[in-house]
Amino acid sequence: MSTSFFELGRRNTDRVARWVFTATASLTIVIVLAIFLFLMKESMIFVREMGLAPLFTTRWVPTSVGDPGYGVLPLVTGSLLVTLLAGVFAVPLGIAGAVYIAEVARPLEREILKPFIELLAGIPSVVLGFFGLVVVAPAIKAAFDLGSGMNALSGAVVLALMAIPTIISVSEDALRAVPNSYRNASLALGASHQQTVWRVIVPAAIPGITAAVMLGFGRIVGETMAVMMVTGNAAKMTLYPTDSVRTMTATIAAEMGEVARGGTHYSALFCVGVILFFATFLLNLLALKTFKRYGGR
Amino acid sequence: MRTVNQRDRMAEWCMRALTYTIVAAVAYIILHIVVNGAPALTWGFLTEMPRNSGLAGGIYPAIVGTGMLVFGTMIVALPLGMACAIYLSEYATQNRLTGFIRLAIATLAGVPSIVFGLFGLGLFVIFFNFGSSILAGSLTLACMVLPTVIVASEESLRAVPRSQREGSLALGASKWYTVSRNVLPYAVPGMVTGSVLAVGRAAGETAPILLTVAASFLPRLPQTVYDQVMALPYHLYILATQNPDAAAARPNQYGTALVLLLLVLGVNLAAILIRYRFRKKYQW
Repeated sequence: MSTSFFELGRRNTDRVARWVFTATASLTIVIVLAIFLFLMKESMIFVREMGLAPLFTTRWVPTSVGDPGYGVLPLVTGSLLVTLLAGVFAVPLGIAGAVYIAEVARPLEREILKPFIELLAGIPSVVLGFFGLVVVAPAIKAAFDLGSGMNALSGAVVLALMAIPTIISVSEDALRAVPNSYRNASLALGASHQQTVWRVIVPAAIPGITAAVMLGFGRIVGETMAVMMVTGNAAKMTLYPTDSVRTMTATIAAEMGEVARGGTHYSALFCVGVILFFATFLLNLLALKTFKRYGGR
Repeated sequence: MRTVNQRDRMAEWCMRALTYTIVAAVAYIILHIVVNGAPALTWGFLTEMPRNSGLAGGIYPAIVGTGMLVFGTMIVALPLGMACAIYLSEYATQNRLTGFIRLAIATLAGVPSIVFGLFGLGLFVIFFNFGSSILAGSLTLACMVLPTVIVASEESLRAVPRSQREGSLALGASKWYTVSRNVLPYAVPGMVTGSVLAVGRAAGETAPILLTVAASFLPRLPQTVYDQVMALPYHLYILATQNPDAAAARPNQYGTALVLLLLVLGVNLAAILIRYRFRKKYQW
């Protein structure tokens, strides 16, 4: 652009630029509201037709001709079971990894480990799901002598792989943000390196680590393709890791292709979407608040 | 003292073992896909139409489809995300609007991809009547990657030192002149690479396109933006789960997985290298 354009009416150009940027930035708010409105709009079809009560039952058989059931509880427990199980693997591994990278590893080792583990975050979920299908599920089937390896446990292992990079990356930042004076004070008092790490540095970084774990959980709850490919997709209420389960995300993805637009089943799937939206929204809000309260950005 | 020292060593070794377990898992996943996928990776596989529901033939239309979706996502998400980042970094004051915008970005970043799919289905496919199309899919993916583009771009803008802006303003330049002449030229390379990295993620996403664009088997190329397309991640999903004869489909499954993996990791790697070079170029 020529200089004259800028000098012609610089106050006007300035005002226009400010206005354009503010408007574009506000678009993010519009998108969030639009997501909320459209989820609500489409799920109201179901609520108007059947009320809310059928959702809180334990039978999800929306395609049954005579007696369809739209109870989302088995899907909610399915998501919960897979998520918590994945957390059992991902949280200790993630925190140990973060502490190791931040406090134990030598500088060169750190420079290699960090990007390598972040590679994991770059692997598409459908590829991880495929890996789960051909490697993890058969291994679990053999290890526990089951009829099928397509169960909550296999799903959890694959999901843990997806949560670990998030947990490590955010926790490691939190650990490294702990002021050096804490470390020096503890060492000066005669504490060993590991005592300093676990009794001073990790407690000081706990808000950040908590936020990291919550962000990790947020990622697992919303994950779709990998769970759909390895959990077996049986919509039943169970808390056994070796049972086949069906999560909320997998239900939407698997069934949306075969429903009549605007129908009851279609709208019931949007109801599941609303639950998912709020669950992840709360998790993220909580993570953000924990982070902010303790001086994080 | 010796026991403390020994316990220290043990704790370190435990953590080392756990960390390298993760590293081994990453390496095993990548090697497994590469070793099993490499034999399927022929010129024909990349350039031929699929035959027999994808069991035979190549994945050409899926590659083209994914390329189009990524391109479409980029031309929507990059300008919007960069403009939003410029607002946050250069214009925003600590007011209520900025607070809401930040909350909206954090919320968008946390919305599950399948919920973006539902949103895209409700808004673009049905309400705007775009149908299941490249247009609907790209717009849906663009909404999804927007927060990542914004965060990456803002980081790059904030890396430009304050003195750079203050010097320009002190000489009497206007706000926009300062931003456009003294901030953006230094920030744009970083903004673009960061954003490309973000959009690279879109190439591997399946859930949103499942509901808005993807066709399971469509052995021809799209003519307009209102057409459906095949896409690599969805093609892999279909091959891996919807096929009665899983064993026969294995070579093509691994081949598709490898192409997708190389594409996404390649974009990531390229962006990291480019960013590293720019960091070296501008040392503040």
